[in-house]
Amino acid sequence: MTDAVLSRAPAGSPSRSPVQRFLAGYGQELIVGLAVIVLFAGVSIVNPRFLSDTNINSIIAGNAYIAVAAVGMSMVIICGHIDLSVGSLIGVIATVAGTLAVSGYPVWVAWLLPILMAIAINASVGAFIAYTRIPSIVVTLGMLSILKGGLISATGGAWISDLPPGFMIAQMRPFGIPSAVYFMVVLTLLAAWFIANTDFGWSIYAVGGNSEAARAAGISPERVTVGVFALHGLFTGIAGILFATQLQVIQSTVPPNLELTVITAAVIGGVSILGGTGTVIGSTLAAILFATIGSALIFLNVSAYWLRAVLGLMILATVLADMIRRRRAT
Amino acid sequence: MSRTFLFRYETVLALLTVLALATLAMLSAKFFTTENLLNQGRLMSEVGLIMLAMTFVIVTGGIDLSVGSILGMTAILLGVFWQKVGMPLPAAIVAAMLCGTLAGLGNGLIITRFKVPPLIATLATLALYRGLAEGISQARSVRGYPEWFFFFGQGEVLGVPVQLWILVICTVIAAVILARTPFGRATYAIGANETAAHFSGIRVDATKLWIYTAAGFLASLAAVIFVSRVTTTRSDMGTGIELDVITGVVLGGTSIFGGKGTIIGTVIGLVLIQALKNGLALSGVKGDGTIVVIGVVLIGAVLAGALLDRDRGGS
Repeated sequence: MTDAVLSRAPAGSPSRSPVQRFLAGYGQELIVGLAVIVLFAGVSIVNPRFLSDTNINSIIAGNAYIAVAAVGMSMVIICGHIDLSVGSLIGVIATVAGTLAVSGYPVWVAWLLPILMAIAINASVGAFIAYTRIPSIVVTLGMLSILKGGLISATGGAWISDLPPGFMIAQMRPFGIPSAVYFMVVLTLLAAWFIANTDFGWSIYAVGGNSEAARAAGISPERVTVGVFALHGLFTGIAGILFATQLQVIQSTVPPNLELTVITAAVIGGVSILGGTGTVIGSTLAAILFATIGSALIFLNVSAYWLRAVLGLMILATVLADMIRRRRAT
Repeated sequence: MSRTFLFRYETVLALLTVLALATLAMLSAKFFTTENLLNQGRLMSEVGLIMLAMTFVIVTGGIDLSVGSILGMTAILLGVFWQKVGMPLPAAIVAAMLCGTLAGLGNGLIITRFKVPPLIATLATLALYRGLAEGISQARSVRGYPEWFFFFGQGEVLGVPVQLWILVICTVIAAVILARTPFGRATYAIGANETAAHFSGIRVDATKLWIYTAAGFLASLAAVIFVSRVTTTRSDMGTGIELDVITGVVLGGTSIFGGKGTIIGTVIGLVLIQALKNGLALSGVKGDGTIVVIGVVLIGAVLAGALLDRDRGGS
């Protein structure tokens, strides 16, 4: 069990070469990264328009919010929990932000207040899970319907339009690149550094690997759980703001199946479903991989209605590979 | 000890249900009419059928999130087999239900052969089966079924909706299996302590395979009733039904940690949820408001169960 706790980030014994150590630590991330490149190459041979600026832009910038949410979700899963309410919360955050912006509040209030709200909501959810010991799946399943139902009853599904131009942070283009891309890259790298190099980051792995062993080592699993959910709230909040500002209207509904896409990205990116191992970089790559697949289906004239079946197959294959690898390791 | 606890929890729940029914009857004159009650029975049958299987699943300590997708996939296959493939409708029904049952068997195989946690396995198949429904149907609906087919979803026998008869029969069978047979005892033993169950000679994997397959079967039976009731087939049928199902089962006193639960409790949970939905709708709350109430009720029920359990020095 302690092996499982320590097996990922600085993996391998000193006797192995740096290349071997890299492969042992980042194998899944490498596979996902390669898959993106191969897919881009393959599809662009069939249809060169796939590589056009607008398409690459819509693939990466348009899905940056999913990647950001998946980074937060990775930490939750590494800690041994799950959050099914992430999609609903993104919908709520986007609607609150849009409403504030339209009501004439300064844009920084419209950006920051919803993010603080997301942190507060998720920290409360984390505290509820940690101290009542009710499984996170049940609590977040309940939260999913509370947030979703609450949002639709409050707004009636009305769209928010006439958003002030200064509010559209995801569309701003410093140095010609959409700011959503900056957010995605910077937040992923920050989280990757944080989780591998801070005491709190390490305690997330420890609690996810074996929470009683972590407690024996002087870590409070309850506090780590609350902290992880608060951190996940920060990422979800930012994802919600990116989602709110990437189009000219906010639909005031919950994006369908968003939680599934976010969880799938985290799992395919190499986070073990059993907790305790994984990195956050893979989640971002996997989010891009999904977007690429979705776009590739269109460019290859395959009906987009098959997308979910492809995602389902991918998550199943990844999970099975993970279980087989674990069985071999023990 | 746990028997008295269960008895108490169910009694409390039954009283709560009676109280809710009485309140609703006072709030709306329409609620306690025979017509409304029978109609509610019609509406709750699909969820109820799946809840029976879900009770077994959760008693073993597992979960099945894919039931709504199996329902959708079966419904789509039913339409495609009949309209596109040209099978006679009875054969199409059987073939589609066979596929739905196999989908449940698939869940069971992934969970028992590869030791994938049920939550993750069925989260993956939730996407896969719904994806197949969307891909196969290309989001086109199928309609124009012959008149006799509507018997399952709209017909009556002795003045009671057909699907309510089906639900009652299945409920009795499930209750007997869970409470009175070696299979039922194996189900509880697995949920209480899987390793111990294994070493006392219980065929853990075989039992789980049967249970997940049964979940697939009942989800596809619900699909046939659903299609017959609404007269069309759409690929989004049953989306989110797993939430209602799990909420009802947990509300009925089945422990999410496994090892505890009864079919009677599940039935009370089903009635309470349907009464809440119907009552709120009659008193003017829109559908989305009821989702909030169900979410609160789910968390509240699990919390109450956990607290009661802790007070008695439980698991």
